[in-house]
Amino acid sequence: MLELEDIQHFLISRPPALTARYEFLTFRQHTGGQAWLTGILEKVGIASRVGSGELDSRWLTVAFTWRGLQALGLNEKCLATFPEEFRQGMAARAKILGTTGANHPNHWVGHLSNPELHAIVVLFARNVEERERCKIEHEQYLSGCPGVEVLSSLDLEAIPPFNYAHEHFGYRDRLSQPAIEGTGDQPTPGSGPPVKPGEFFLGYPDDSGSQPILPQPEVLARNGSYLAYLRLEEHVGAFRDFLRQHGKTSEERELIAAKLMGRWRSGAPLALTPQKDDPALGADMQRTNNFDYGKMDPHGYGCPLGAHIRRMNPRDTASNMQQHRMIRRGGTYGPPLPDDAPEDGVERGIAAFVGCASLVRQFEFAMNVWTNDPNFHQLGNDRDPFLGTQDGTFDMTIPKRPIRKKIKGLPAFTTVRGGAYFFLPGIKALRYLATLSSGS
Amino acid sequence: MATQSLTEERNSASKGPEIVEKPRTNDWTNPQAMAIPKEGYFKVEPGRYGPVFPQTPANYGFSVVAKVKPGREKAIRDYGKNIEEAVKAAPSVLAPLKLHYLRWVLFDVGSGLHFMYQGIFDTDFDKYLEDAVALFNKSGITTVFVNLEGWPEDWKTNVPAVIKFFRDHQCPSFLEYGEYPFVSADEVKKALTLKTAFSNMLDQMQ
Repeated sequence: MLELEDIQHFLISRPPALTARYEFLTFRQHTGGQAWLTGILEKVGIASRVGSGELDSRWLTVAFTWRGLQALGLNEKCLATFPEEFRQGMAARAKILGTTGANHPNHWVGHLSNPELHAIVVLFARNVEERERCKIEHEQYLSGCPGVEVLSSLDLEAIPPFNYAHEHFGYRDRLSQPAIEGTGDQPTPGSGPPVKPGEFFLGYPDDSGSQPILPQPEVLARNGSYLAYLRLEEHVGAFRDFLRQHGKTSEERELIAAKLMGRWRSGAPLALTPQKDDPALGADMQRTNNFDYGKMDPHGYGCPLGAHIRRMNPRDTASNMQQHRMIRRGGTYGPPLPDDAPEDGVERGIAAFVGCASLVRQFEFAMNVWTNDPNFHQLGNDRDPFLGTQDGTFDMTIPKRPIRKKIKGLPAFTTVRGGAYFFLPGIKALRYLATLSSGS
Repeated sequence: MATQSLTEERNSASKGPEIVEKPRTNDWTNPQAMAIPKEGYFKVEPGRYGPVFPQTPANYGFSVVAKVKPGREKAIRDYGKNIEEAVKAAPSVLAPLKLHYLRWVLFDVGSGLHFMYQGIFDTDFDKYLEDAVALFNKSGITTVFVNLEGWPEDWKTNVPAVIKFFRDHQCPSFLEYGEYPFVSADEVKKALTLKTAFSNMLDQMQ
C-alpha cells in the first residue's frame, strides 16, 4: 500500500489549479538552503490530503537536482548511490535524449543547464491573483534565507476556454494518464491495468515484481520519484502555416493535424474515428482510450505509426509497456495566439514534468527510442512530429491506401528551451534534508 | 566502466590503421564487409548505458563471452533443452528482440571453460536493453547466466548491473560481413511469404 502520508501530492493527483509558478533556485550555502526548506515544509502538498479540502487554495511542491542534494549537505558516499543519469543531469544527457541542434542545452534559457541549479519550487494557485500573492510572499520569505537565490522563474496559466485542458496548438490534453495500483484509481477503459507503484515511487515493487535497490540513505529515497522537466516552446504560427500549406479546406487541415497527433484536436482518437472528428468521443473518458493498435490499426491507416500518441504510448505494440509508463504533469505558459493572428514572436508552450522511478528506463527511453529514433517502427527517417528534434531533414509518413503519403522535411513545431532532472523527495525525506548536518 | 568513454575522447582509433566509417549503401545484392575499430564503434555516439555499437552489413549484434563457474557445465548444457522447449511452447517468445540468429557456445582453449552467447538482430542493442533483460528473465534465459563468473548476485532487482555485465563482457567484432547486407528479419520473412504465395498460385495454375 502506498504511504500517502509520506508522498508529495504532485504525482498522485492534479491540484485544482489554473495557474502555477515555477521558481528555479540555487543554494549558495547549505544552511541557507536548509533554513528555506524548513520554513516551507508545512506548505508542501501531501498526497493523503488530496480531496480533503486542505489543499484547495494554495500549496507547493519541491524537488532537487543532484547538485541540490549536495548543496544541502548530503555526503559523497550517499550522493554516489543515485543513478548515473540523475547525477549527470539532463543537459549532460542531451545526445542520448536527442536534444541537439536548436534544442541543445547551449541554447537553453533560465539557467536550467547551469550546475548551480539546485531546486525547483512549484507554487500552485487557483487563479492569477492568488499566484501573485504567493509570489510576493515567497519573495519576502526568500529575503530572509541567506544564500538562496532565484535563478529564473516561469508563470503558467491555463489557456481559455477553461472548460477543458488543451495546449497552444489546440489539442485536448491530459487524456491518458496511468492509474497507480493501490491508489484506488481505476484505469479508463482501454488504458491497460493499473501500474505498479514501484514504477513511479521508490521503495515499492515495480512491474518486474521486485523492488529495485534504493539510493541511500533509505529515509531520503523512500516515497521519492524522479522528475524530468522540459520547457517546450510551441511555434503556433509555424504550425498553422504548415496546416494551411497541406490542407486546402478546414476539413483537410484538421485531418492533417489529427494525423500528426494521432487524435483530432477534440481528443477523439484516429484509431476509433479515422475519417471524421467526433468531439463527444474525444471528451468521453470512458471511450476516448478504448482502443489498441495491434488489432484495430496494425498498419497505421487510421493513426500513423509515427503519430505523437502512438509513439508516446504504443499500447499493445510495445514490449513491457507497463515498464515504460510515465506520469505527466505541468501546463501551458505564455499568452494564447488568437486564431486569426499572425505569429507574434512571443514565447509560449508547455512546461511539463515526467514523473517516474527510473529516468534511464522510462523518460530517456521515451526520448531516445520513441521520440527521436528515426527508425522507430522501421519508419526510416521520421521523428516525433511534436516532441522530436526537427530540423527540416525528417519526414512524416502517413500510411494510406493504395499509396502512403510522405511529408518531406517536416518543420520544427517546437523547441526545447530548457530541462532538468529533479528528485522529488517524500515528506520524511524533506525533513531529513532540512536537518542534515553538512557532509552527513 | 563503459560509460567512462561518454566523456572521454577516444584516441586509440587514430593510432592503428585508420578505419573510417563509410557511407552505408543498402543494396542487398551487393555483399559488403566492414572493418570495425577496436572499441567496437567508429565515433562515440552516447547511448543510455554507454557508447552505441553501430549497425554493420551483418546488422546489429553482440558476442558476450564469460568464464563459466567451476562445475556448472552440465547445468548450462541442460538448459539448452529448456530454451528449446520454451520456444516450442511459445514460438514468438523472443520476437520482440527482432533476432535473426542466436548461437550459444561452450569452449575451453586451455584457460578454463568459457561461454559465448552471440546474437544477430535488427534493433539497436542499446535501445532495447531493458526489454531484452525483462524478456530474458521471463523466458528463463537469465537462469543460464547465473552460472557465469561476474554475473551480479542481485540480478533480479538490479537491472543496471545486468546491463553492465552484458556491456563489460561484450567482445566487439573487428570485421563483419553480410552476403545480403542490412536486410532485416522482417524483410526476409516478407520475401519468403511472398515467394510461398507465388508458388502456391503457380501450383494452382498448373
